[in-house]
Amino acid sequence: MDFSLSMEHEILRKSVRDFAENEIKPVARELDEKEEFSYDTMKAMADLGLFGMFVSEEYGGQGMDYVSYIIATEEIARVDGSHAATVAAGNSLGIGPLYYYGNEEQKKKYLPKACRGETLWAFGLTEPNAGSDAGNSQTTAVLDGNEWVINGSKIFITNGSSDITAGVIPLTRTGIRKDGKRELTSIIVEAGSPGFEARTMHGKLMWRASNTAELYFEDCRVPKENLLGPVGDGFHQMLGTLDGGRLSIAAMGLGGAQGAFDLSLKYSRERVQFGKPISTFQVNAFKLADMATEIECARLLLYKACWLRDNEQPFAKLAAMAKLYCSEVMSKCVDQSVQLHGGYGLMKEYDVERFYRDQKLLEIGEGTSEVQRIVISRYIGAV
Amino acid sequence: MNILVCLKQVPDTETQIKIAPDGMSIATENIKWIINPYDEYAVEEALRIKEKFGGEVTIIGVGPKRVTESIRTALAMGADKGILVDDPAITGSDSLGIARILSAVIKDLDYDIILCGKQGVDDDYGIVGSILAELLGIPQISVVIKVEVSEDASTVKAHREVEGGTLVIESALPALITAQKGLNEPRYASLPGIMKAKKKPLDAKTIADLGLDASQVGENGAKIKIKQITPPEERKAGKIVEGETPQEMAANLTRLLHEEAKVI
Ligand SMILES: Cc1cc2nc3c(=O)[nH]c(=O)nc-3n(C[C@H](O)[C@H](O)[C@H](O)COP(=O)(O)OP(=O)(O)OC[C@H]3O[C@@H](n4cnc5c(N)ncnc54)[C@H](O)[C@@H]3O)c2cc1C
Ligand SMILES: Cc1cc2nc3c(=O)[nH]c(=O)nc-3n(C[C@H](O)[C@H](O)[C@H](O)COP(=O)(O)OP(=O)(O)OC[C@H]3O[C@@H](n4cnc5c(N)ncnc54)[C@H](O)[C@@H]3O)c2cc1C
Repeated sequence: MDFSLSMEHEILRKSVRDFAENEIKPVARELDEKEEFSYDTMKAMADLGLFGMFVSEEYGGQGMDYVSYIIATEEIARVDGSHAATVAAGNSLGIGPLYYYGNEEQKKKYLPKACRGETLWAFGLTEPNAGSDAGNSQTTAVLDGNEWVINGSKIFITNGSSDITAGVIPLTRTGIRKDGKRELTSIIVEAGSPGFEARTMHGKLMWRASNTAELYFEDCRVPKENLLGPVGDGFHQMLGTLDGGRLSIAAMGLGGAQGAFDLSLKYSRERVQFGKPISTFQVNAFKLADMATEIECARLLLYKACWLRDNEQPFAKLAAMAKLYCSEVMSKCVDQSVQLHGGYGLMKEYDVERFYRDQKLLEIGEGTSEVQRIVISRYIGAV
Repeated sequence: MNILVCLKQVPDTETQIKIAPDGMSIATENIKWIINPYDEYAVEEALRIKEKFGGEVTIIGVGPKRVTESIRTALAMGADKGILVDDPAITGSDSLGIARILSAVIKDLDYDIILCGKQGVDDDYGIVGSILAELLGIPQISVVIKVEVSEDASTVKAHREVEGGTLVIESALPALITAQKGLNEPRYASLPGIMKAKKKPLDAKTIADLGLDASQVGENGAKIKIKQITPPEERKAGKIVEGETPQEMAANLTRLLHEEAKVI
């Protein structure tokens, strides 16, 4: 067994950590407060190379392995959830489907700009009546001559309505398969297509500086060639995209847990009550010890899942486990972090307050914790 | 322009330093290593000069294998190649020994300008650059906050901050410059840069490769010897200045500064 990361991974971690500390941390609190997506930090992240990490150089990507992508996401999440969400969704849900399922022409047309971070793409599964049951998509697409005509709506779509969103990829129903099941198909809808509208959602508890949209399709017409992969491949594409996406959500849980831990360790060594730093009271030292232990477990599980993926071995079970475990570890860590901060942890002046809120999405997005447990139950043969 | 940068690896400034049992060195286990911050300014300046004039940036490091990571980081920032002198005989070298090694590497290279950090943030001697310039017989300008290479790349003007003003010094090239904080804002190693750096050449050299003999470096070649390292004194508790009104507090503060701290 070899648990060591390569030198490139270490250099990458250090560079992204310094970047996050210097460029994102100073503005994260204010952006969260104003519920504002920042095009400045978006550009800075793009210039660093945080988009298209796993895409080959031929399409303008960095040609890195998946572990690199996960480390980078983890390091951004260590400082701010919203920015990590932009990176994780931008790569896994935006660039991912285009790269893995697009044809040569589509890849050449869309990926270079997306990998330079000049454009964002979004993946639309969730609908008002199709959340955990994403396969129950009610958005329909019908071929009319040389065009697809799309009708329906999507909700909670990350990066769906920013000024630089180049398009969205909704999962649509295109008919009934021979076996009687719904035929699901992904279609590329460029921003500005007739009949397509994206509206930014406001009033979020968490990820407030990330862009979330409702998408409306009313007799939206796009060219026939905008089909992503073959007709009927949508369900399979969705599962594949979510397997990879779960690793990035897990990375956000891991990074967020690490960030909350780092803040708490520092705070509790400095905060003096009853004449001593509160970290020296055993009850608090034990909290920190438990956090450190669980973070280490989470990291091992997640990196192993990535290692499997990089080595072309089945990784979906571990991806579900890592997503579940990392988000629950972050949940415990942020709870204890606020506790260690006492009354100050409840105030916006302290970053743990934001971590406490940002964590909650990780147990809901890209498959709730219950859905992960369903997936794992199936893999282990319990159901 | 061919630009050389001498790069040292030092403990992360956030690392908690512990003294080794021998009392003469620091415990190196559990230390995170980084590029000496002043050397990072040197790397950045080298890249800016290259961007303007073309040419090549070569990073030269002296130390154990772990220094490779720092050199690769500089390559990921945009430098072109690296040289690492790694030899057990180096252990215990003082500034003179390190400068001898660097000059042995550099004497065979073609260069227009050499950039170093003004000092290492670990030992804080601040003399390697100066000794190196002396050994190479070239001019040096130290503790520099601005570098201007002439359009025809034959001379350099360097700005140094002095009490109440700026000193501008001009020198013919080749010359050696040591970087001070404020020279520039170093770039991050970008992700594409990290991938490109993997393929850039990084040569390893030994003392013998350089034609040096072991008596010139390490403890044998050192002119100084560390006798003891002690931790800084624990910070004493602060004092809250008492008083009912701001005026009273100010008066008490002045009295304390005069009578106790004896600074005014
Ligand atoms: C900020 C944000 C960003 C998002 N980004 C995207 C995006 O980019 N693209 C996208 O397509 N979607 C996105 N989503 C949607 C997200 O994936 C869904 O919210 C999630 O899948 C849950 O669906 P739901 O909200 O409809 O909840 P529901 O499915 O209604 O679930 C409600 C509760 O019921 C439980 N439940 C449901 N079914 C079962 C079952 N069979 N067994 C046990 N328990 C069950 C769930 O676990 C949950 O606790 C985003 C959501 C948010 C909030
Ligand atoms: C919204 C709000 C309203 C409030 N209203 C009032 C009010 O009306 N009046 C008022 O007087 N105060 C009020 N408070 C203050 C509140 O009572 C304090 O925040 C609380 O007592 C904790 O103190 P602290 O925040 O300084 O945390 P700290 O005392 O610094 O505690 C930090 C952490 O260290 C732990 N800790 C501290 N000492 C020990 C120990 N010896 N052993 C083990 N663990 C230890 C704590 O349990 C906590 O987890 C309010 C606070 C808030 C946020």
